[in-house]
Formats: sequence, structure tokens, C-alpha cells
Amino acid sequence: MSSMPVGRMETDSRGGPASIGKAVKIAGQIFSREDLYVDGDVEGTIELMDHKLTIGPNGKVHAGVKAREVVALGAIQGNVEASERIEIRKDAKLVGDIKTARIVIEDGAYFKGSIDIVKAEPKITPSQPRPQPQPAAAAPAAPVAAAVGAPDAKR
Amino acid sequence: MGILRGTRDAAENAPPVPLNNPPRFVPGTRGRKMPDTRQSRGLEQFFTSFRDQTGLSILDLGGAHQENINFVTSLGHRFYSEDCLRIFQETFGQDQADQSNPGRIDFFLRQSMDYPDEQFDGVLAWDVLEYMEPPLLLATAERLWRMLKPQGYLLAFFQSADRKETVPGYDFRIQDLRTLQVSHHTERLPTQQLFNNRSLERLFQKFDSVKFFLTRDHLREVIVRK
Repeated sequence: MSSMPVGRMETDSRGGPASIGKAVKIAGQIFSREDLYVDGDVEGTIELMDHKLTIGPNGKVHAGVKAREVVALGAIQGNVEASERIEIRKDAKLVGDIKTARIVIEDGAYFKGSIDIVKAEPKITPSQPRPQPQPAAAAPAAPVAAAVGAPDAKR
Repeated sequence: MGILRGTRDAAENAPPVPLNNPPRFVPGTRGRKMPDTRQSRGLEQFFTSFRDQTGLSILDLGGAHQENINFVTSLGHRFYSEDCLRIFQETFGQDQADQSNPGRIDFFLRQSMDYPDEQFDGVLAWDVLEYMEPPLLLATAERLWRMLKPQGYLLAFFQSADRKETVPGYDFRIQDLRTLQVSHHTERLPTQQLFNNRSLERLFQKFDSVKFFLTRDHLREVIVRK
């Protein structure tokens, strides 16, 4: 299976993540607009910008990875960008640099590389148009006590 | 005269062969052990040196522990992880003599410390250096010196110089600026090198300063600055 041309992907309507079984080997670029479970061999790049990537216990990924969330139970060799979080489970192995907002690493996991915590900027929802401030009602002029003996000055 | 005792003749340079021998670590509970939680002046000194700075590069040679990652990254620094002990076991196994083999030493350093010169502001070596015989120890100290930036700091722990029986090995997890959670994970045979102040000063002689903290449980906490 080689790289898939952009624009021809269709989301799976069956439910559940797309999966690559342990007997499957892919060399190329993987783009997905749904969650993906990889239990086979992947070499190249994997991009799931707003979705979750799970590397199964038999998975061996030798690729750059970009996803919203990454859960590693198998092996990853490559840099990983997980905008929300990355989880490295016990017995998993990750060699590469990580950029993420949050990382969870279990005892027994092997990690070699660097970790950059990059907190995602809070999403700014389109704001309702701000109500225009109403002009303050004109307050009645307070009576001014005339100064005794002072002539009214006109400017 | 060798700085460190137990210097051996270098063996023929040979590419390392994966070893299947079990490591020279002795399961058991002999020897004094550290308490589960301990205060560490060395740790405090290490991180206080970087006070008010962010974006530094800190290397942890003790493997990736959640607590250490959280602590270092919460300070705004980039955390680098190497599991030196695992690589040490894979490289040298039970054969102590091989720690003088230049090929194996080079392999170990390439696997565990393959970084450009002056990459790190700080290195947490914990007790990793204690596992090493003199030839490997000297090469590792040299590599650490090169990896540190000028004014960079190294924190290392060494057991008492008097210890002759098996030496416990630990995992160190940072609880806060002054507190370590310590978990015992192995007992190992002592190396030929005894670590006292004099030998440690010689080991780190290329560094600008060497500072010792000797704790009640006979642990030498050493802070060195490049």
C-alpha cells in the first residue's frame, strides 16, 4: 500500500478506529481523518491532526507522527507531535523527540529523546458582537449655587 | 600513575557483540539502603542554580520517570532522557573486563550520550557513574564535560567510600526542589573504584568547581560546574 492521494479519503461509517493489523506493513505517508490503530509496521509519516493514534503492542512505527493524541503500547522511532497528549505505556518504547501539551509515561516504558511541553492556546470561540455601550443618560445639571457677588462669566 | 585504581590494559578494539549474559547485578537486599524519601541538598543546589531561567536543556541519565519529567518541564525547561543503566547492561553485561574495551566504551557512549558539545545546561547523573570501572568512568566524565555548556551543572551521587559489600542501586524521582523519592531496584557488586572526595576531585578535575554534600546515609552528593 503506497501513499494515498489527498482528497480521496472517506470516513468509515462503521464506527471504531481504522486499523492496521499486525501482519500489515506500510511504507509511505498515512493521512487520516479518523482515529487510527496501528498494530503492524509503518515506515514514513503518520498524520491525524485532530484524531487519536494508538500504536498496539505489536506495532512498530518508524515514522514522524502528528496527531491530537498518541497512545503507545508498541514501538515508535521518530519524532512525535501530539497537540493534546501522549501516553507511553509500560513495555512500550519510544525513541525520538516529543512535542505535546501533556505526557504520561508508565514505569517500565522506555523513552529516549527530548520532551517539549507546549500548552495549547485556549480556543477562542467566535465571540458574540459586543453590545455597544448605551450612552449614559444625561444627568440633570446639578444646580450650581451662585457665588455670592460673583458676576456670571460668559465665554 | 593512574588517577583511579584498577586501571587495566585496553583490550583489542572490537565491535561490540550483543551480550546475553545476565548483568552483574545481585538480586537481594544486603547492604544499607536509603530511606524511601530523602532530602537532597545537591538537588536543591542544582535547580537553584537555574532559578529565574526557563527554556534550558536538562539531561536525565536515570531513565524517564514521570515525576522527573513533570518537575523539569514545570520549570519551563526541555527534558532529555537517557536510560544509561539499561544501555550499560546491554553493552557490558556481566563481563567486568569489557569496561576497558575501547570498542565497547565507544559503543556505550554513542548509545547513551550521542549529543553535540555544549548541548546541556544541566545533567542529572544520579548514581549512574558508580556502576563504571575506571576506563569507562574516565571516558564518561570526559563526555559529560563536553556535553555541558559553560557554567553548566552536573549532579551525581556516590555511595560511601568505605562500602565493600554489595552496593544498592536506586531510582531517583523528584518530589520537589529538595525532596527525592528513592526506590531500591537492585544490588550490584562494587566496582574497583572507591569514591571518596579525593578521587572525585580528580575525576572531575576538568570542571571549574566541585562541591560535596555528605548525607547521613553515607551518600556523597556531588555538584560540579563546568
